[in-house]
Amino acid sequence: MKIKNITALFLILLSIWILLNNQFQIEVMIIGVILSFVISIIMGSRITVFNELKFSLGSVFYTIWYLFVFLAELVKSNLDVARRVLTPSLPINPGIIKTKTVLKSKMGRMILANSITLTPGTLTVDIEDDILYIHCIDVCCEDIDKATAAIVNKFEKILVKIYG
Amino acid sequence: MGNILEIIGAVLVLLGSVFLFLGALGLVRMPDLYNRIQAGTKASTLGTFLTLFGLLLIIPEWWGKLVLLMIFILITNPVSSHVLARAAHYIKIPLTEKTVADLLDKEETTYKVNEEIKNE
Repeated sequence: MKIKNITALFLILLSIWILLNNQFQIEVMIIGVILSFVISIIMGSRITVFNELKFSLGSVFYTIWYLFVFLAELVKSNLDVARRVLTPSLPINPGIIKTKTVLKSKMGRMILANSITLTPGTLTVDIEDDILYIHCIDVCCEDIDKATAAIVNKFEKILVKIYG
Repeated sequence: MGNILEIIGAVLVLLGSVFLFLGALGLVRMPDLYNRIQAGTKASTLGTFLTLFGLLLIIPEWWGKLVLLMIFILITNPVSSHVLARAAHYIKIPLTEKTVADLLDKEETTYKVNEEIKNE
């Protein structure tokens, strides 16, 4: 468990270092490797968010697929909100509704909540175990199952494959 | 070739600023805090993304830092808007009259938070 945390933290820190420096000289790389190694050894035991991470070909594939689904939803959400803002009558129908998720892991739930916040007219207000409270700019239905099908499912079915 | 990329980049930066402008317009037009957060988060995310991506095409040497900026915006933006909305609901900032449903109801917690604020 600890080795996985340290490895994940090391890889993330190293890639941030590389992106920040943007050059591949040997001295820069050596400093980066030493620094991220030391930091991940010190902090590795305290950070628990990577505990649920799985390293496998499938999870990498679905992560990339998820990114594409997410970006498409992001563009759609922006166009939708832009249309509502520009319409003179301001066609909104807001409210806070409940939805349910089947995801168990903290990391999966966090990514789900963040994705919902960034997609069409929805904003996660609170989360309690498996109940998500979502503020919608245009409420489709107050029923918990219908709302779950409309908002949560499209992300959930991919996230289930990554985080189980 | 470089010229074409520069033009596409400039168009993307312009498009990004249009979305940022729409977000600002949403902040003014929306009736209550929650809807304002909605307009603010969404438009600013795509607006910033398009602006940074356009910059990436104009000055390709900066790609590392620009990609890093995009990742950080993608991670922090939804978290901050979620926390703002949650805090607002806890201290009972009212929703607009157009609201159809409010299923998040926490009398006890809300009461406690209100007491704490009064004491300060």
